[in-house]
Amino acid sequence: MAQQQTYVTVARESDCTRVEFSEKHIIDEVVIRIIGNELTKLVDETPRPRIIVSFRGVEHLSSAALGTLLTVMNRVKAKDGQLRLCDISTPILQIFEITKLNRVLRIEKDVAAAKASLVASH
Amino acid sequence: MGSTPQPQAGAGRFEQTWVLYEQRESIERLQSEVSAALHAHAYDDAAAFAIRLALEEALVNGFRHGNKGNPDKRVTVFCVIDGEHVRLEVTDEGEGFDPGSVPDPTAEENIEIPSGRGIMLMRAYMTTVEYVPPGNCLRIVYRRDGK
Repeated sequence: MAQQQTYVTVARESDCTRVEFSEKHIIDEVVIRIIGNELTKLVDETPRPRIIVSFRGVEHLSSAALGTLLTVMNRVKAKDGQLRLCDISTPILQIFEITKLNRVLRIEKDVAAAKASLVASH
Repeated sequence: MGSTPQPQAGAGRFEQTWVLYEQRESIERLQSEVSAALHAHAYDDAAAFAIRLALEEALVNGFRHGNKGNPDKRVTVFCVIDGEHVRLEVTDEGEGFDPGSVPDPTAEENIEIPSGRGIMLMRAYMTTVEYVPPGNCLRIVYRRDGK
């Protein structure tokens, strides 16, 4: 059976799930859709997901990718979970700032800061 | 004191037209060629980032919204690059579009909606963005001096 292409690497830790992208250009709609499905699956398989998405190595991001992140964020919120984005380069951060999504998506400097920002589960 | 960026020797005005179907390889090839021309004309990384982003958004809008995802319809890209400016004209085979009909994606009621940010990003990064009537041709200009 053919294995579906994956564009994220997942590390499950004791207190959170860490995700990194294997693509440096998150712009192709097919790739974005697959990433969205992979992140959604992670959210769905955890009762109260605590997910950190690292953008290390990402050089380009399209508005469609922003939409996918919002969809994932809404899904995480619906499960009383927490989502953090981190390791975002200055040019990519500017995209979040222009679209004011830095006010909606929780962005931290790096993985350590993202972990520290996660509120302890009850 | 900074120096004015100098284009490569022999880098005259770059002008090219591409006719694309929605295939990732041909889009990447176009982006590569534009990137090489930008480099030859000494546009910096920030400019190259901005132009790549705007061009990508324009293409997606052309294929997805203009051509309504019809794989048999094309998008034509005309590009001019010289020492002062970059001009891109992206034309789809749709009926046209009214950019005024796109709601403000930063408005409170729209902020969490997944779509509608492409035009905003183009306007933020480019010097001018205009839809040529009837709206199926998008003209975006990046001026090195920002004016």
